[in-house]
Amino acid sequence: MAKRTVIPFGPQHPVLPEPVHLDLVLEDETVVEAIPSIGYIHRGLEKLVEKREWPEMVSVIERICGICSFGHGMGYCLSIEGNMGIQIPERAEYLRLIWHELGRVHSHLLWLGLLADSFGFESLYMHTWKLRETVLDLFERTTGGRVIFSVCKVGGLRRDVDADTLALMERKLTELVPEIEELAKVFIEDSSVGSRLKGVGVLTAEEAAALGAVGPVARGSGLRMDVRLEEKDRLYVDLGFEPCVETAGDSHARCVVRIRELFQSIELIKAAIQRIPDGEVSVPVKGNPEREYIARVEQPRGEAYYYSKGAGEKFLKRIRVRTPTNANIPAMVKTLAGAQLADVPILILTIDPCISCTER
Amino acid sequence: MAYVTKSPWVIHYDGSSCNGCDIEVLACLTPMYDVERFGIINSGNPKHADVLLITGSVNEQNKPVVQQIYDEMLQPKVVVAIGACACTGGVFRECYNIIGGADQAIPVDVYVPGCAARPESIIDGVVKGLAVLAEKREKVAKGETVTEGEQAE
Ligand code: SF4
Repeated sequence: MAKRTVIPFGPQHPVLPEPVHLDLVLEDETVVEAIPSIGYIHRGLEKLVEKREWPEMVSVIERICGICSFGHGMGYCLSIEGNMGIQIPERAEYLRLIWHELGRVHSHLLWLGLLADSFGFESLYMHTWKLRETVLDLFERTTGGRVIFSVCKVGGLRRDVDADTLALMERKLTELVPEIEELAKVFIEDSSVGSRLKGVGVLTAEEAAALGAVGPVARGSGLRMDVRLEEKDRLYVDLGFEPCVETAGDSHARCVVRIRELFQSIELIKAAIQRIPDGEVSVPVKGNPEREYIARVEQPRGEAYYYSKGAGEKFLKRIRVRTPTNANIPAMVKTLAGAQLADVPILILTIDPCISCTER
Repeated sequence: MAYVTKSPWVIHYDGSSCNGCDIEVLACLTPMYDVERFGIINSGNPKHADVLLITGSVNEQNKPVVQQIYDEMLQPKVVVAIGACACTGGVFRECYNIIGGADQAIPVDVYVPGCAARPESIIDGVVKGLAVLAEKREKVAKGETVTEGEQAE
């Protein structure tokens, strides 16, 4: 047997801006086992429900993660709205969909950039992030924030978007499509990119299902699962939503899923802008949550759920959030075993880990 | 400061942030804001870096890591705390696992407010940090000891 070496990876490391620690057990250049240890960004924000009234908690929950912050705020609001039996106006539902999908576009572009960086293609990384700024500009124009938005509230939204701005959004996104296509070609067809991604970190459909993978990781392994589909969300059904599924199960497939979702999200936003009805964007809310409720949201990284338990008071009894990275870590550990040391950054990245989400 | 005479390298570490400020730090390095044109490069090696950009508040698990990175950096060095979290603990201040802003672990020279801090203000903070760095460099050249963390914004 070859001699075993343990290489500590992180917490400060070059792959992600976030600290994560892995003990990589190596035999020569091959990883035989990866042992994650976490806790570097645990804040304990769920416990803040005891100090913040439930309408204020939205801004705390939003700050679970700055990349999918809109989805977190929305998931919390959905959970409380379900708890109290509130129906929000249709216009607010449409705007939430638009922002949520816009968040997916920004998140996937961000991820593509980091992926390019991880295999050493610096200019591709810079280009992807340049395109991402267009999306952030749209966010800033409509919500006032670039990464933290604070537009969702229980009962609807804090602000409306006028027709001119929606038209501008549609125009900007239409202009963005050919630019993304150009980049997508590099990610999907370039042979040197392919040699870093194809066949690397294969996860079969059975493994993905057994390990409970979610989101693009599961869809890249051929599982047709997506909360937007399973919850039978009326808007998504009306818009003819069908999840993007690839079957190869390797890093390349996961990359292709995300690229297809970029275009899909842009189409969904444009279709939603066409159909959005006029009207109010929020309803008055009275009383306090009294029951338990779970809401699910398909975040850019996969399924997230939001549990709330009220007792008819201003303070909730419990908030529990389960985020997609949590579900995908077993899949990551699985793909790391047997990989070459040089591929480790790519394998960590292809589950699109979000440590802030996981540790809260 | 009229122009930048040196190429300061930065290192970024996330105390326990929400990611919002981290991606804004990265946004500064990418084409839209592009601080690289001023010679500012993001380095992963503490010994190469002049400026530590720290985002997020600090927790017990992370505190020794932050301190170690700081200690490894060579004098003269400057710490810029980015975002409400790094300044005071921000929205998470009352969380049980948070001991406070970055200055609970290491001396901070410049505080950049905002939640999330905007790229413009991050760049502004780094530029302010460069002035501090220049002062410290002179002191080091004269062989004086450098007192840390006295500039606050
Ligand atoms: S200051 Fe705000 S945006 Fe920045 S890390 Fe803290 S919570 Fe996130």
